[in-house]
Amino acid sequence: MKFMMLLQSDESNSVTNGPEEEALNRMGAYNEELIKAGVILAGEGLHPTSEGVRLTYDGDDRTVVDGPFTESKELLAGFWIIDVASKEEAIEWAKRIPLPEGQVEVRQVFELADFDQSNEYVQKEKVWREEMGTSRTA
Amino acid sequence: MTDAAGAAGAARRAVEAVWRIESARLIATLVRFTGDVGQAEELAQDALVAALEQWPRSGVPRNPGAWLTTVAKRRAIDQWRRQAAFEHRAAALAEELRVADAAAEAAAAASGTAPAAAASSALAGAPLSVQTRPDLAVLQPIDDELLRLIFIACHPVLGRDARVALTLRLLGGLTAEQIARAFVVPTATMQQRIVRAKKALAAAGVPFEVPERAEFAARLDSVLAVVYLIYNEGYSASSGDDWMRPELGREALRLGRVLAELLPREPEVHGLVALMEIQSSRLGARTTREGEPILLLEQDRGRWNQLLIRRGLAALERAERCAAARGAEPGNYQLQAEIAACHARALTADATDWAQIADIYARLARRVPSPVVDLNRAVALAMARGPAIGLVLVDALVAEGRLAGYHLLPSVRADLLQKLGRREEAREEYERAAALAGNERDRALLLNRARALGPRRG
Repeated sequence: MKFMMLLQSDESNSVTNGPEEEALNRMGAYNEELIKAGVILAGEGLHPTSEGVRLTYDGDDRTVVDGPFTESKELLAGFWIIDVASKEEAIEWAKRIPLPEGQVEVRQVFELADFDQSNEYVQKEKVWREEMGTSRTA
Repeated sequence: MTDAAGAAGAARRAVEAVWRIESARLIATLVRFTGDVGQAEELAQDALVAALEQWPRSGVPRNPGAWLTTVAKRRAIDQWRRQAAFEHRAAALAEELRVADAAAEAAAAASGTAPAAAASSALAGAPLSVQTRPDLAVLQPIDDELLRLIFIACHPVLGRDARVALTLRLLGGLTAEQIARAFVVPTATMQQRIVRAKKALAAAGVPFEVPERAEFAARLDSVLAVVYLIYNEGYSASSGDDWMRPELGREALRLGRVLAELLPREPEVHGLVALMEIQSSRLGARTTREGEPILLLEQDRGRWNQLLIRRGLAALERAERCAAARGAEPGNYQLQAEIAACHARALTADATDWAQIADIYARLARRVPSPVVDLNRAVALAMARGPAIGLVLVDALVAEGRLAGYHLLPSVRADLLQKLGRREEAREEYERAAALAGNERDRALLLNRARALGPRRG
């Protein structure tokens, strides 16, 4: 079972606001634990929202707003994808993230095989994945 | 289910989750501590039982691994104390008997009467001391211990089934019941297998160590073979109704990734990981919703998992770099991973680089001469350069006779004949293949193909 651990923070703390050496080392050690346990599939940290943009959708309209997104307390700061035997194991790994503050959301990743293949959106997903395949070898 | 029962179940699952994460390192530490796999595993089990009793009430401790290790080590020390006390008492009794015998002899020699009081003084024991206790200063479980545990679980004194069972038990943290379920044998049988394996290790006095240079390669081969065997048990599961079998594939892949970190310079470790990652990427595409298998070339490649493909290709690169660094030829797993990578890189079945695949099969055949590899090479060459050249190779295999009885030989030959327009011969070959097929599904498929070629001529 694949789970995504989404690291959220309000950007006022060290997690997203240029982590200090020690915090960085602790997180590095944690990532190493995930690698050594053979459970991590992917994991990335994100630049602060001051460098990002947010799009909002309203019918055919698209509004693009520059960061930072100061009004939100729960901003995505990074994520891990882990492959584990159970939801409880994912939670146990999440508990071990060396965070002094902030919050982490644990969500199960859908596998394409979980879906009804005749579903219209699944068909679109397949097209998208084929396009991803194209860019992979380009 | 009542709320209380639900909460208890949730607490138990939380403990089991910690167990899955911690058990291998815990057992590895305890083997070093006690020098015995069986005792280490029992101590670890005791610690798990203690956790199942205490954590639902007290909550999971901040450092659950250290908690489990401490509990298990305390149990070990208690056992040694009891054993030391027992040994001391046994020694005292032996001394008592010796003194009594000597006194009796002396008394008999002197007067012929039995000495009743002589023994009582010998019963006053010396203060309890534990002298043969192993080093108590063993600290955090280290990677080296985990590596030793993997090598001991896959030790050649054990039979193949015992290696697989012990690896899943010690490294995967699976229960005997779970392993039994995965291999479709009774739980009691699997428990027996594990108990016997642990006894065999103890009886052979197998040391808890990473093998010396001279035997390292052969021992690593054994480890990789066990991991790949576990993987294939899960991957080739066609029934799919039992959740434990796919779990085997996941566990094997996880073990492979663990090994890749423990032995980062071993090309074949990365080769095996690459092979398993790429094969796993196709899991969602290789069966219909009814569970019927879909052949590789007919799979919807949009359903291949791109993350696993990327991981597989990265592992393959590591394997190639490691092999190059030591000036070694690519190993079996690396070559098989290269073939899997050829398929993974092809956006459509038509885009497959068959010439390269045929070339890799040729290299694989030089390393491990095998008629099955030759047959695969023939298929790849037929795809690259036409069915006629493939047929020449297949006919050579038929003449050699080494694959007599293997249904894929006439099946491949039939396919090539059909492509060459030799329908009557193709139909006969499909029928021959059907007669040799091991299972109903294959037989039905082959007979369908035979029928599709039209009725038998007069």
